[in-house]
Amino acid sequence: MNRIDQLFQQKKQRVLSIYFTAGFPRLEDTLPIMEAIQAAGADIIEVGVPYSDPIADGPTIQESNMVALQNGMSLKKLFSQLEKMRETVQVPVILMGYLNPIIQFGIEDFCKKCQAVGVDGLILPDLPMQQYLDDYKEMFDQYGLRNTFLISPQTSAARIREIDEKSNGFIYMVSSHSITGAKADISGEQIEYFNRVKSMELKNPRLIGFGISDNSTFNTACTYSHGAIIGSAFIKTIKNSQNLSADIISYIRSVIQ
Amino acid sequence: MIQIDEKGFYGKFGGAYIPEMLHPNIEELRENWEQIVASPDFQEEFQMLLRDFVGRPTPLYFASRLSEKHGAKIYLKREDLCHTGAHKVNNTVGQIILAKKLGKKRIIAETGAGQHGVATATVCALMGMDCTVYMGALDIQRQRPNVERMKILGAKVVPATSGSQTLKDATNEAMRQWINNPVDTHYIIGSVVGPHPYPEMVARFQSVISQEIKTQLLEKEGTPNPDIVIACVGGGSNAAGAFYHYYNVPQVRLVAAEAAGLGINSGKSAATTVLGTPGVLHGSKTLLMQTEDGQVVEPHSISAGLDYPGIGPVHAHLHDIGRAEFVAVEDEDAMKAGIELSRLEGIIPAIESAHAIHALNMIQYQKDDVIVINLSGRGDKDLETYIKWGGY
Repeated sequence: MNRIDQLFQQKKQRVLSIYFTAGFPRLEDTLPIMEAIQAAGADIIEVGVPYSDPIADGPTIQESNMVALQNGMSLKKLFSQLEKMRETVQVPVILMGYLNPIIQFGIEDFCKKCQAVGVDGLILPDLPMQQYLDDYKEMFDQYGLRNTFLISPQTSAARIREIDEKSNGFIYMVSSHSITGAKADISGEQIEYFNRVKSMELKNPRLIGFGISDNSTFNTACTYSHGAIIGSAFIKTIKNSQNLSADIISYIRSVIQ
Repeated sequence: MIQIDEKGFYGKFGGAYIPEMLHPNIEELRENWEQIVASPDFQEEFQMLLRDFVGRPTPLYFASRLSEKHGAKIYLKREDLCHTGAHKVNNTVGQIILAKKLGKKRIIAETGAGQHGVATATVCALMGMDCTVYMGALDIQRQRPNVERMKILGAKVVPATSGSQTLKDATNEAMRQWINNPVDTHYIIGSVVGPHPYPEMVARFQSVISQEIKTQLLEKEGTPNPDIVIACVGGGSNAAGAFYHYYNVPQVRLVAAEAAGLGINSGKSAATTVLGTPGVLHGSKTLLMQTEDGQVVEPHSISAGLDYPGIGPVHAHLHDIGRAEFVAVEDEDAMKAGIELSRLEGIIPAIESAHAIHALNMIQYQKDDVIVINLSGRGDKDLETYIKWGGY
C-alpha cells in the first residue's frame, strides 16, 4: 500500500510534513536531513527539487533553490542520492517541484525512477488539474504516485469538490493568499476559511501549509485539519546550522511537543 | 488555420501552467475578456484612446532610399511614433480598460528595459490607478532613464533581486505579487507570453498593427497583402500584432527576427527557436532556452527588449509548423542596420527594431516584392547603447 495512504489510515491528527530543498545547504546533505526529520518524529518528508524560477515561493525558498543549483543539484543527482533511502527512511516521501525540470527529465523516466527509489507522491504547484487529468494522471497512477493539489482561500467550493474528487493522497491547503514564507499570525479570516473547508467533509485528508512555523501555528492548523506542512521556517533552521541533525531534531520537537 | 483552441493551445504550445492560487484570477480573465473586449462600450473607449492618446493610426511609410538600396518596395509600419515610443502602449491601453471593467483597483507589471513599464505607468496615470512595476535589480541600474520616467508618472518601481535579476525574474516577482494580491489587482503582462488567455489577449490588442497595414497597403498598392512582413521577436508582441491578420493568408511570408546576441554558438544569445527546447515557463508551454536539467538559461542580446529566454507560444507554433521564417540577427549587424536606417531615412530605430531591418540581408526576395517591416520602437531609449557601441 502507498505509504501516504497508510499514514492517513493510521494517523488522523497532528500529521507533520517537513519540506526542504534538496542540495541545500550543501549538496550531500539530502539523506542526512531526511534521516533527522524522521528521527525527530515528523510524518512526511517533502523533498524539494530546485528550479531556477520558483514562482510560488517566497525569498527563503527562492534562496535555497538558488544555492542548491549552485551546489550542483539536479534530478539526476537527486535520484542517485535517494537510491538507498529506503534502507533508512520509512516515512512517506514526496517530491515537490516545478514542472519544467521533470519535462526535461522525461515524464515516464521520472515516474519510473520515483517508483524505483521509493517515492510515494508528488506536489507540482504549476501542474494544474486539467493538464494533470489530460496528460499525467494515467502515468502517475501506473507508477503508484499520489498527486497532491493545492487550494487557497480564493478557491471556490465547486473547485474544491472537483479537486477532492479527482486527486488522491491529501489536499494541500495554502493558508492564505500568498507565496511561501512565514507570516506573523493566523488571522480570523484564515480561521473562517479553515472552518469552511473542514465542514465540507472532503474524502481526502487536509494539511495546512504556508505560514506554519512553530508550535503555536502548528497547533492552530491542527485544530482545523489533519496536520500541517512546514517549509520556509525549516529552511531557516538548517540554513546556518553547524550541527544539522541536532538542530533539526530540536526544532521539530519544539513544533510537535 | 492558426487559431487558439479552447484549452489555450496553439498546436503543442500554450496552456495555463499556473499555481492553483492563480486559478481564480486566470479564470476570471478567461471567462470575461472576450466579451468585455467585444462590447461597444469597451471598443468606443479603446478606439478613442488609440486615436487621441496613442496617436493611431500610425503611418505606413514608403522608405524609398532603403528600398533602392535593397531592391524591393519596403514600407515601414511606424509604431515608433506611438505615444511612449513603441507599440507596447497598444496593449496597456487595452488591458487598463479591461482591468477597470473587471473592477480592479491596482495594476502590477513586469518590465525588462522599461518600455512596457513606462507604457503601463502611463495608462495608470491616465486612469488614476495605483501602479507597481517589478524590474530586475540589474535592469534598474542599466535603464535609469526609464526608471525615472515611471516614477515621474507616479508608479512604484520595485527591484526583483532573485535569480539573474533581469526580465524573467521581474516576471516571476510580478506573478508572486499577483498570488499575494489576487482580488483587487490586475497583472498587465507586456508580451504574448504567460498563461492562457494572456498570449491571445495581448496579440489581439496588438493586432491593430496588421489591421492598419491591410487598409493602408490597399490604398498604396491596391492590395491589402504584402509579399513579406518582417518583425523582431523577443517575447513577440509586436510580431504577433504585425502577423495577426496574415496568419491565415498563406501567400504572405512572415519573417521573425530573433536576437543572436554575440552569435548563436557564443553562449551569449537569445535565439530561442534555434537554441530552445519545449518547456514550461511563466505559465505556458513554449520553446525555452534551458540546460539539459531543465533550468532556465539567462539569454543575451544588446537589445534589452529581446533579452528573454522564451518566446510566445504562438511563435513557437508558427516555427513548429513552418508558417514563419526565423532568422537570428547578431548584435553587431543589428547596430549597423540601425545606423543604416538613420542615415537613409532619418529614423533612428530602437535596437529591437533594427534586428528586423537587418533581416532584409538574411532572406531571399524578388526585386519588386512588397515588404512591410514593423518598426516597433524608436531609438531614443537606446542612445546610451548606440554611444557605447560607437560604430557610426
